[in-house]
Amino acid sequence: MSETSAVAPRHLTFLRRLESWKPAEIAFWLALVGVYFAFPTSLVFASQILITGIFAMSLDIILGYAGIVTLGHAAFFGIGAYTAGLLAAHGWSDPFLGLLAAGVAAGIAGYLSSFLLSRGSDLTRLMITLGIGLLLFEVANSATDITGGVDGLQGVVIGKLFGIFSFGLYGRTAYLYVLGVAFLLFAFTRSMMLSPYGLALRSMRENKTRALAIGIPITRCLTDIYTIAAVIAGVAGALLTQTTQFVGIDVLSFQRSADLLVMLIIGGTATMYGGFIGAAAFLLVQNSLSDVNPQYWQFFLGILLIIMTLYLRGGILGGLGKLTGLFRSRRNKERP
Amino acid sequence: MNPILQTRDLWKAFGGLIVTKNVNLSLARGARHALIGPNGAGKTTLINQLTGVLRPSSGSVWLDGEEITRTAPNERVYRGLSRTFQINTLFPRLTPLEAVASAMCVRERSRLNIFKRRVLKVSRRSGLIDEAYALLQLLNLEKDCLAETHTLAYGKQRLLEMALALAAKPKVLLLDEPAAGVPEGESDELFEVLNNLPKDISILLIEHDMNLVFNFADRITVLVNGEELVTGTPAEIADDPRVREVYLGKGH
Amino acid sequence: MLSILGVIFDGLAYGSLLFVISVGLSITLGLMGFNNLAHGVFAMAGGYLLVTLMSKAGIGFLPALPLVFVAVALGSLVLERTLYRPLYKSTPLIQVLLSVGIIFIATAGANFMFGSGQQPVTIPEWLTGQVSLMGLDLSRYRLFLMLVVAGITLGLIFGLERTRFGAKIRASVDNQRMAESMGIRVERVFQLTFALGSGLAGLGGALGVDVLGLDPNFAVKYLVYFLLVVVVGGPGSVLGTLLAALLLGVADVAGKYYVPQMGAFIIYAAMIILLLLFPHGLLGRRNAK
Repeated sequence: MSETSAVAPRHLTFLRRLESWKPAEIAFWLALVGVYFAFPTSLVFASQILITGIFAMSLDIILGYAGIVTLGHAAFFGIGAYTAGLLAAHGWSDPFLGLLAAGVAAGIAGYLSSFLLSRGSDLTRLMITLGIGLLLFEVANSATDITGGVDGLQGVVIGKLFGIFSFGLYGRTAYLYVLGVAFLLFAFTRSMMLSPYGLALRSMRENKTRALAIGIPITRCLTDIYTIAAVIAGVAGALLTQTTQFVGIDVLSFQRSADLLVMLIIGGTATMYGGFIGAAAFLLVQNSLSDVNPQYWQFFLGILLIIMTLYLRGGILGGLGKLTGLFRSRRNKERP
Repeated sequence: MNPILQTRDLWKAFGGLIVTKNVNLSLARGARHALIGPNGAGKTTLINQLTGVLRPSSGSVWLDGEEITRTAPNERVYRGLSRTFQINTLFPRLTPLEAVASAMCVRERSRLNIFKRRVLKVSRRSGLIDEAYALLQLLNLEKDCLAETHTLAYGKQRLLEMALALAAKPKVLLLDEPAAGVPEGESDELFEVLNNLPKDISILLIEHDMNLVFNFADRITVLVNGEELVTGTPAEIADDPRVREVYLGKGH
Repeated sequence: MLSILGVIFDGLAYGSLLFVISVGLSITLGLMGFNNLAHGVFAMAGGYLLVTLMSKAGIGFLPALPLVFVAVALGSLVLERTLYRPLYKSTPLIQVLLSVGIIFIATAGANFMFGSGQQPVTIPEWLTGQVSLMGLDLSRYRLFLMLVVAGITLGLIFGLERTRFGAKIRASVDNQRMAESMGIRVERVFQLTFALGSGLAGLGGALGVDVLGLDPNFAVKYLVYFLLVVVVGGPGSVLGTLLAALLLGVADVAGKYYVPQMGAFIIYAAMIILLLLFPHGLLGRRNAK
């Protein structure tokens, strides 16, 4: 009796400590603000990294937390990009409107395609996601009147942020805009993953049979999470359109989906930050290597993937996680 | 006397192979009912049909007066039907506390608004955590509640298996060989746990450990080749020559 | 102006190539459940090897084919032992990543060694041109292709159904644990099957240089097609793969011919629809591992 009230609160505080914002996290976000001041000439590139990070985070939600392997996630990124682009090219240039529309469009697409994923094996699902992505690419490729085809969508004009700040050439406004959106999306996703809903997702990932047996509505959860991930990917796509004022057809490409997967693996799944770390690592290295020779980049990537799959599971953050995990389990032993 | 769980003329066939033959099983309220039979008799297949993982070829399943033959598995859990698995089917990287909390959250679904379910962190749900912890205490698992499941000893995992089923506060509990793989010395702990289960839960137990069965059950059904051979009290079953024949072969 | 029969003929020829290349993937997927997206690399290797043998070593087209088969088969064994085998028990994601890594290396390597353009191949004189059959002018090469593939198919089916090794393969695909307990060395069966399948892929790639084209992006370009054929046909089923390959071959050729603006659209839509209707493939079986 007295044991419950004495011991359980200790577990509660332990859990609370696990779930609170760690100093490393706060440092991370402050550092991102710092980039604005420290690298004023590279802000365009920095925005790209952040946008890709958001995109990778949206993949992490379904891959790392819900366990769905997909090779077609770029579909939602592309839908968001084109929606925002088309909106802007036809006169509605308010940035937030673009984000909203992109999110809704991508969300609807995600919702609809989630129904295609409920049947069949892992490989079937992979194929279906791949197929959807390729299908959309072909559609965009053919509908040149609307999308501009291979040449891309031109005439994208972005209005002023809050009606005051205009998007200049150096990408300063753009960077803060992207950073703000990134943080909001991150905070939202983070709290969702720490909620009972996130717990249900992880249960599903860990053991689908058992999750079903304790009453988790698997199909509904999958549909939900796939839709949410699609919305976030769509917003990321819109951000890209708005900050580059252009939509290229590669936003829908298989290459983009595959690269994203690689980035997430490099960074580590299910850690919330893996997407950002992976995107940063990938893009920074790609930037330096592909100037030399694009084939070296591809070759290097291939070798990296092989080494990682054979020896290093969990990516950069996974490796770090193992270290802190060791530390944590030692502290666990001191628990009653 | 209306039973809490019932199958009516249940049949299941895989192609030409009939695995469940006209089974009319009745689980009385508060009962401790054991289902025994040789390997391959179709016991687990029957459980799978009760939980909704398998769709019967014909016949119906009833829970507390309502037909659930077409109801989805997760919905059946919500209505009060829980099960354990013969082979530990747990969440490897979740801690027991998380796993039990997860199972408990599901129970609350409609009563919980979206904000609490999707935005509020688990650790803020102190009531939930306390409840989960209390359940783990009941099963002597509270010491390991913060270790990842895959690090626990086999016996502890077996207990967690049961905890997950109990977390949903079921009306009916289906136990699929809870003693499977548990060594002689630890089976006492398991037996004690089984005995201490709340009397208002009705239990259907599949087991091979006859010691456990005869000490625990107040009613036994013998299943052979997917068909019900006989149902009765432990004494009746023990005396029945047909049962002995099934287990020991003719001429005993 | 191609008639419908002509389109079908072309589609069947194309489909038979897809079959030869994909059948190895189907068996190994059904056997070990290993998600090898890099299977196309073997086909690509076969193609490049053929071109090299013919241009650098002066070997003729027909004699080069069996050499390609053997070389790719042996090469695949090396890959299997070093890269694939450690990951058999791993998650699909890891396997996918490994195969993507292999694709990247192969593509970069091909680019480096052969340049990024299409590889031309000179097919022997007697296989060029057309043959008049039933009022149609059919390409001799495509006819040759179909005959070769028909032969291979018959050989495969005979091998699977009539030989002891074939029985071992079928048993292992059906139920691995059971096969092991019956004394079948599943790992050895798998190695040989893998080599056979990869060799066939190499052969298919070599035969297909003229029809499918050959450039460093081959493995990626046709990745979807191979996976498609295997998944739709059902992993582990030779006949299923054949059926799916022929069907998709005809659908793709017909689609591109009659509705060129839609292009590849048709095949992806067809794939999605087929997968929804038959989540486990047209003739697929669920494996008990």
